[in-house]
This record gives sequence, C-alpha cells and structure tokens, in this order.
Amino acid sequence: MTLHLKLDNPDEENRLDHMAQGVIGTGANRPDGALKVSGQATYAAEWQRPDMAYGVLVRATVPAGKVEKIDASAVEAMPGIVKVITDPKLLRVPAQGMADAAPAQGNDEVLYFGQPIALVVGDSFEAARHGANHLSVSYLPQEARLDPDAVQTERPEGKQSSQGDLDGVMKTAPVTLDEVWTTPGHNSSAMEPHASMAEWDGDRLTLHGSYQMLKYNRNELADSLGIDPKNVRILSPYVGGGFGSKLGISPEAVAAALAARDLGRPVRVVMPRQQVFETITHRAQCRQRIRLAADETGKLLGIGHDNRVYNLPDEGFAEPVTQATPFTYAAENRAIGQEVATINRVIAGSVRAPGEAIGVPIFENAMDEMAEKLGMDPLEFRLKNIPETPPGQDIPFSSNMLAEALRDGAEKFGWDKRNPTPGAVQEGEWLIGMGMASAVRVNMLMESKARITLTAEGATVETDMTDIGTGTYAILTQIAGELLGLPMEKVTTKLGDTDLPPGSGSGGSFGAASSGTSVYLAAMELRRQIADKLDCDEADLTLKDGQAIAANKTHALADLVGETPFEAEGHIEPGDIASKAFQATFGSHFAEVAVNRHTGETRVRRMLGTFACGRVLNEKTARSQCLGGMTFGIGMALTEEMLFDTRDGHVVNNDFAEYHLPVNLDVPKLEVHFLQERDPYANPMQAKGIGELGICGAAAAVTNAIHNATGVRIRDYPATLDKILPYLP
Amino acid sequence: MRDFTYDRAAATSDAVASASDEGASFIAGGTNLLDLMKLEVMAPEKLVDINRLDLHDIEETDTGGLRVGALVSNSDLAADRRVRRDYAVLSRALLSGASGQLRNKATTGGNLLQRTRCYYFYDTAMPCNKRQPGSGCAAIGGQTRLHAILGASEHCIATHPSDMAVAMRALDAEVEVEGTDGARRTIQMAEFHRLPGDTPAVETVLKAGELITAVILPPPPGGRHVYRKVRDRASYAFALVSVAAVARMDGDSIGDVRLAFGGVAHKPWRDDRAEALMKGKAPSDALFDEAADLILADARGQGGNDFKIPLLRRTLKAALSEATQMGEPQ
Ligand SMILES: Cc1cc2nc3c(=O)[nH]c(=O)nc-3n(C[C@H](O)[C@H](O)[C@H](O)COP(=O)(O)OP(=O)(O)OC[C@H]3O[C@@H](n4cnc5c(N)ncnc54)[C@H](O)[C@@H]3O)c2cc1C
Ligand code: SF4
Repeated sequence: MTLHLKLDNPDEENRLDHMAQGVIGTGANRPDGALKVSGQATYAAEWQRPDMAYGVLVRATVPAGKVEKIDASAVEAMPGIVKVITDPKLLRVPAQGMADAAPAQGNDEVLYFGQPIALVVGDSFEAARHGANHLSVSYLPQEARLDPDAVQTERPEGKQSSQGDLDGVMKTAPVTLDEVWTTPGHNSSAMEPHASMAEWDGDRLTLHGSYQMLKYNRNELADSLGIDPKNVRILSPYVGGGFGSKLGISPEAVAAALAARDLGRPVRVVMPRQQVFETITHRAQCRQRIRLAADETGKLLGIGHDNRVYNLPDEGFAEPVTQATPFTYAAENRAIGQEVATINRVIAGSVRAPGEAIGVPIFENAMDEMAEKLGMDPLEFRLKNIPETPPGQDIPFSSNMLAEALRDGAEKFGWDKRNPTPGAVQEGEWLIGMGMASAVRVNMLMESKARITLTAEGATVETDMTDIGTGTYAILTQIAGELLGLPMEKVTTKLGDTDLPPGSGSGGSFGAASSGTSVYLAAMELRRQIADKLDCDEADLTLKDGQAIAANKTHALADLVGETPFEAEGHIEPGDIASKAFQATFGSHFAEVAVNRHTGETRVRRMLGTFACGRVLNEKTARSQCLGGMTFGIGMALTEEMLFDTRDGHVVNNDFAEYHLPVNLDVPKLEVHFLQERDPYANPMQAKGIGELGICGAAAAVTNAIHNATGVRIRDYPATLDKILPYLP
Repeated sequence: MRDFTYDRAAATSDAVASASDEGASFIAGGTNLLDLMKLEVMAPEKLVDINRLDLHDIEETDTGGLRVGALVSNSDLAADRRVRRDYAVLSRALLSGASGQLRNKATTGGNLLQRTRCYYFYDTAMPCNKRQPGSGCAAIGGQTRLHAILGASEHCIATHPSDMAVAMRALDAEVEVEGTDGARRTIQMAEFHRLPGDTPAVETVLKAGELITAVILPPPPGGRHVYRKVRDRASYAFALVSVAAVARMDGDSIGDVRLAFGGVAHKPWRDDRAEALMKGKAPSDALFDEAADLILADARGQGGNDFKIPLLRRTLKAALSEATQMGEPQ
C-alpha cells in the first residue's frame, strides 16, 4: 500500500511530537559511521573487478576551437594501453542539477580549457595516466571569450523585477548606499573526487558512482548513452561530499560506460583533483551592486540588488544570487536584476547553497555599512527592517524567526560588548573586531518515495535517496524508528540504489524534509496496518521498543507481523502549499576576528550561529551541517578563490595546496544553537532544510568583523591580507 | 607516471654509483618527487631509494655545531632538544611548514631540493623554462601571487618554497655532499641555491648524481630567534613572505643580526648590506626602514605579487622588533 500526500495544506497533526520511542531529534550516531571510519564503506573509486580496465580522461588545452585530429596511434602502441576512446558521446560538461537529460556532448568542438575530449584506457591506472599525458591532439583554435568583465552580457527577462521607484528614492532619501562587491569562483571541494566504475551485463549497465540525485542521474546517463533508463542501475550508497558538484551526471561516468561497452570489460574512471577543478561545475565569479535607501530612523525605503554572473554558451544555469533579497527586509521601492555573460570557462553550476551563499553575505555587508552610515547598531538596524509578511506577496511567512535568531545569537555571543568604533580594540599586535549577519535560505520540498518493510526482526527502509555525508542514514532510521516504536538498531536503512523507490536526492537542503516525509508516510501507513490488525485507530496506537499498545493491551510487534511482512510505500508531492505561505529558514551569525596590524592576516577567534529550521531531526548531524556551513563561510570570507588565467581561462590553482580551503587552524571554536520551531507548512514532520543555512551569511559576519577591527571594507572577496595591507597603520 | 626502475642503496657509495646512471634520481621522503612524477613534471627513469642509508642522526661537531644527517625528518629535526635550544629559528621554520604528516616523511636533504610551487611549473600544458628549458615562462603575465620580487629574471620568476632553508641560510649552514667519485665537499648555503638567470632549470650548484649527506650548522649564534611566516591561511600554506631573524643585543645596540627571507626569490634571500647597516646601532623604526630600503631597492613586482614589497617591509620590521626586543614598531 502506498500512502500518498500532496501537500496542499499545512500539517495539523504534528504526529512526531506524539510518539513514544524518543529517538527523533536526539543526537543519535550515524548507523554508517563505524563503516566509514573503519574503511568498510566502499566508495565509488574503490570498486574493483578482476578484469577491470582503468580510464583517464584527456583534457583540451585550448579555450575554444575545433579538435583537428586526435592521433591515438602512438599512445595505443604504449605498453599497458588498451584503447583510446574518442566517442562523440563523451560529455562536454557535467549535467546541471535535476537536468534529467544528457548535458552537452561531443569532442570535436572545444568550449573551455579542461574539457574532456578523450579517454585513455589501460590495464593499470598508471599506464592509462601515462598515455593520457601523452595523447597527441591538434586543434584549430578559435577566438575565446575569457573575461566576464569584457564581454557583452544579457539581461534575462525573468531575472529582473522591480516595485516602486528605487532610482527616485535613491535621490531623495536622507541616507543612501550604492556600492559594488565581487566574489571569486568557488569549487565545491568535496573530499571524494568524481569516480565511476561501469560494468555491462548484456544490455544492462551497472554504474558504481558518486552522485547526489540518482533518479535524475539514471536518466541523464541513459540519455547520454542513447539507451533505455530501465537498463541503467546506479549505485551510490556512500558519497564523500557533494556540495552541488555531484548533482548531475559527469564526464567520468559516461566515459566509463562507453569504454566498458566498447571493450566488453568493466572500466573505472577516477578524476584526479586537478580534473575536478577544471571540468566540474564551479560557482561563477560574481559582481554585485547593492543600493540601499533609508530614512533617518533607519527604516529602509529602497533596496536594489543587481548582479553579474556567467556561464558557457548554451548553459541555462545562472546562480540565483538575489534569491533571498525579496523577502529578508522590507522596503517599498525595490529593484532586482541579473546579467549573464557567456564565456569560455569551465561550467558554472550549483555550489554550496547556490544563490544565498554569495547573495546574502554581500547584502549583509551592505546592511552593516548602512547601519554605520545611520549611526545605528547593525543588529538594531536589521531588527527594524524585518517584514511582517513577504514584501510584494499576499501570503504570510510559514514561519519567520529571524528576529528571535538575531536576539538569541547576540545575547549568547555577547554582542553588547562590541565597541562600535572601528580599530578601537587592540591586543598586542592584533586588532580585534566583532561582526554579525543574518542567515537566510529558501526552503523547498520535492517529490520523494520510500518503502518500509516490517518483519518480525525489525524494519527496513529503502529509497534511492543518497547520504552525501549529511546524515541521511541516521535521520531516516530515526524517523522510521520513532513512528514504528523501534530502537535504531532494529531499523536498517538502504540508500543509493536506483532499483529502490525514487527519493528526492540530496540537494538544495530539501533531502531530509522530502525524503524524510516519504519515510514518514510509509511508516504512518504501517501504523495504520498495525492499528487495523489490533482493531483500533492509528491515533490510539502506541508503538515503543518493539511493542504495540492499544486499548491498554500490549502486543509484541514481532507477533503481530508474524510470517508475512508488512510493507508500505510513502509518496510525498509538493502540492499547492507554496501558494499559501512563503517558506524560508532563518538564523544569525556572529564572529570575532583578530587582524594582524603588521601583516593584515585575519584569524577568526570565535563564531556563533543561531538557526531556526523547523524540527531538528538529529541534533548531532544538524549541528555538523551548520559547522560545515560556517567553516565554508570562513573559507569564503578569507581564503577560497579560484584563480583563472586571463590568457586561456584555465584554472591555475587546481589542487588543495593552492585552492585554500580553511584548515583546522583557521577554524576556531564554533558554537551552534537551534531555536525550537515547528513549521506546519513545510511537511508533516514540520522540519525544514538545514544543510545550506549555515553558510548563508556566515562570510559577512567575518568581513563585517574585519571592518570593526580595522575600518577596512572588503569589496573583493576573499579578504586576503593584500586587500587589508594598504589601510593598516 | 612513466615506468622507472628502482634501486635501494645500502651505502652512500652505492647510492652515488647508482645515481650516476642517466635519468636517475634519489628519492627520500618522496613528498615532493612523487607528486611531480605523477604529473610527469619530473620523469626519472630510475629511482635510487636512499632511505636505508645511515644518514638519520644529528651529531655534535668538533667545533660545537650540529651535523644533521640528510635523512633526518623535518619533524625530528624540529623536535631535537639542541635545535630547539640553540637554533630555535630553525625549529620554528620547520614547524611552520607543510603539515604534521608531511613533516614526518619529509627529509632534510629533500626539503632543500624541493621544487618551486609555481602553478605553471606543475601544469605540463604550460610553457615553463624550468620544466622545459627554452619553452618560455607562462607565469610572466599570468597569476603571480606566489612569485618572486627579488632576483628574478625574464626567464623565470619562481620562488623557492622551503621554510627550513630560509632558517639555515640565516644560520650560515653548510651543505655536505658526496660526489660520484666518493669524495665529500661542503657548500655554503649562500652558494647552494642559484638565481634563475637564463638557466632556471639549474636550481643548485649540485653536480649530477651528487648526494646530500648532511647539513652542518655552525656553533650556536645565540641571540633571539624569530621566524615569521606570512601566508594565506593559518597553516598548511606556503609563505607569501617569511623572515628569519636572529639578533644579539650588545647593551642597547644591535651586536649581531642575521636576516633571511623566504617566498620572495628563487633562493633563500639574504642581504649583507642591511645587516652591516644595523650592527652597532640602536634598534629603531627608522633604522629598520633603512634596512628595508636597502633590501627592497631592486624589488620588482609582477602585478599579482606587488603586495609582497610592502609586506616584506612590514614583516621585516615586526620580526626585527621582536628579535631586538624593541617593542611594537609604530
Ligand atoms: C601540500 C604540501 C605543503 C607543503 N608545505 C610546505 C611549507 O609550507 N613549507 C615548506 O618548507 N615545505 C612545504 N612542503 C614541502 C615539503 O617540505 C617537501 O616536500 C619535503 O621537504 C621534501 O622532502 P622529501 O624527503 O619528501 O623529498 P623527496 O620528495 O624525496 O625529494 C625531493 C627532491 O630532492 C632530491 N633528494 C632528496 N634527498 C636527497 C639527497 N639526500 N641528496 C640529493 N638529492 C636528494 C630528490 O631526488 C628530489 O628531487 C609542502 C609539501 C606539500 C606536499
Ligand atoms: S616562473 Fe619559472 S617555474 Fe614558473 S612558469 Fe616561469 S619558468 Fe616555469
């Protein structure tokens, strides 16, 4: 039986708060944790077959042009080389998230430096890599567009909106701000590089890969190969981080499948780190212009947020940089816009909270600067401008705890101890400052399915949902355990296999809510089946520790189930709820930094975040998500930057030695707090997305603190020392 | 990676004999060489593994210095009681480099000979005179954040990335090497690394097949030791600029001062004129500025690294204030 819910109305039952098992919300350990730390969880690159061959992708080394000739003969004559694959079905770029169809294919035309144009297959990885290093390719180069600042841009109609008269109020308002910021390219930087092992059994392809959204990935892979999706199975039970980079099928998977079919033996293709940088989606460099107008009391009268991003020709994706701007603060006059440049540079796509990750911090920098102009405390300025209802819409917020999060964070952090005068606090050679920012991220629900089978031994949860390190195994196990009255050890969760019911996939922070709800629905259906058997109402049934209690009688669940397992499927669809209330998650970030007055080096001394994201399903994994987001916020503020060569557009710092993620010493004590919240509009669990909220705004708390410490406004991220040096005493 | 043969040497004489083959390369910790071999930036035909050689000890010399075996790991050297006490600048420089795991593998000899981190050197699709003499220099006109401001040439603007070598340069260490003929000689640190000139591929004065057997530290210089490394993140990043400063005060004036700089040139940089200028004078902001003026007189930025010029001055002044205990400079 399937329990299907199309979410048209808010949940009124809040059933999870009335269960007896007591496992939901606790910081239960991940069921997969021990497997991972003991090396028993097999990741894509670890799959091995006795007759497996190894493929290494060859990149184009011009930014634009035609491939004139690939001369495979010399490489194919090398010892250990099996074949050079130059199939035109090779992917030119990875698919964008939820593309559900093949991305651009073909290796005759080069659109960016780093584009895969061939696969060298060898009997060993070393042989294949050596061959790939020496494949002779000649090009007919064409003129490339390399500088996003120098090419013509387009203003897509759907990306512009305005209300009132912003230009007018910018002229008349007593206090205004009009500034431009830039953020650099960011790489997702998942620890596990992209890897696939493909094997065919007749017409059927099995791919062990590392992907976030399997139901789409299956269709993308099948479409790329020109075969029926029914003949494709993708297994991705363990994913060593995604951060957007594994949303869509990527070149190594299609290359492995093509080679395996051609050669009649399994083929594994693993991308070296450099290739991940050069080929996989990155966050485009962005230029943002913010305009603010306010009256003397600090009431915002106008908000303008314009930005410029870029992508390859024919790529539809443009980061929704201004996504949170329409609803975070109130102002009558508004203008929002986006320009998109088309350039020859590695594909741009979703990276770590696309949109808010860079849009919110820049807006929060502007808010900080505006507060200074107004002579107001930045916290007060924000509190004053939180809208009652989403501006320009005639629906309420489903819930909005921004003000509470700001107050809670400020109190726990000790914001009142901040000296508002920049550069006033010094300890030895360090200038000390405090900064804050709001955190905002839209909330989403996606279609998702899951199955639960209940036997005398316990329950098994099955869905093709993925756990990309976020804790999906833990929370799905907890949801089933809570509703079915089973301790976590009695629930087995199976994920990451396209043979299982299609889940939402991991992306956009919607995985826990969407996939979790499908498990919730399946479990509710099982509760109904158990209640039927006991001849009672589901609502009168208590399930706890493997016992069913109804009408004051206790039955062992195992006895009730007996020989024939109970089975149920849960199916959630978004429905009409979005037209009834506007959903987002909110929070606050606070940071204290020390800037070296000699060298301009910035060190974050402490950081605190308070977040409101509905029900917290697992305290520990939720907290870890926020720690990760805040850490990436430090990276965005201080260290992360993709360097592109201006002459050919190639990624210059294409490894972790020179693409600087924050390391342990860059990350001080981080404090995370959650506000108690339930959001009935989100889903029947009343839980919302958490994963991305932690990064949205975090960087601004750090850069605003740099201003408080030094008086320097960072306009070009990251805040490396060379940007601060000229202003130091 | 290109196929190679592997030979494990049991004695230094075997090692140098084995390394006299065309295309042979020693391998110590492998933390630099293996990365470069995977990328085929370096493609030795033969690896001579020197890890079993008897070069793992730190011994006191007759003159009161230390003889550091070429295979002493960076971790062990940094932790040695005598080094921490008498050559603190070296210990601090070592600990500021790489990561704990790398330092456990990295050796004294290998550290001296690590190659530049120039991005273009690492990418075989790019012209690079150091990797492929005569092909050009892709860094010039490209991304130059890591690159040199002193002693560069039109053929190469790379920097030497070692922290350890900077401290050794300040300490006037000597490098002991054994040649293919079995004879040992010593080379002053000042002479050991070369400026790029028109042969950037030739980085040291080592002859083909020569093995580093030890680094000899002269008797302790005394004074206060400072190693100040400025970088793009708190740890695990190469120096944008680093300063090794050792200063001994003579009453209120500077009795002796040694300064060496990393991250700014093709070799650990030292400027005798600046040291001579300061000797016998009372430390002051103006004096340090004068020293910086001398050191930076010929400094030239490449655009992306222009900031290193003021950064070197500021870091130098901070290091000197600390080493001379002048207190915070203004
Ligand atoms: C990510 C990363 C970050 C790093 N960060 C820093 C840093 O911040 N600061 C820093 O100083 N270093 C840093 N390093 C570099 C590290 O210090 C060097 O890789 C290491 O010191 C090299 O020593 P090794 O023994 O591993 O040398 P190997 O890799 O074994 O050899 C390097 C070279 O030296 C030659 N060689 C080795 N021993 C001898 C000998 N006895 N005689 C003659 N030739 C010899 C080899 O043939 C080879 O050409 C970093 C390295 C990495 C990978
Ligand atoms: S700076 Fe030197 S190492 Fe770098 S590309 Fe130029 S020649 Fe090569």
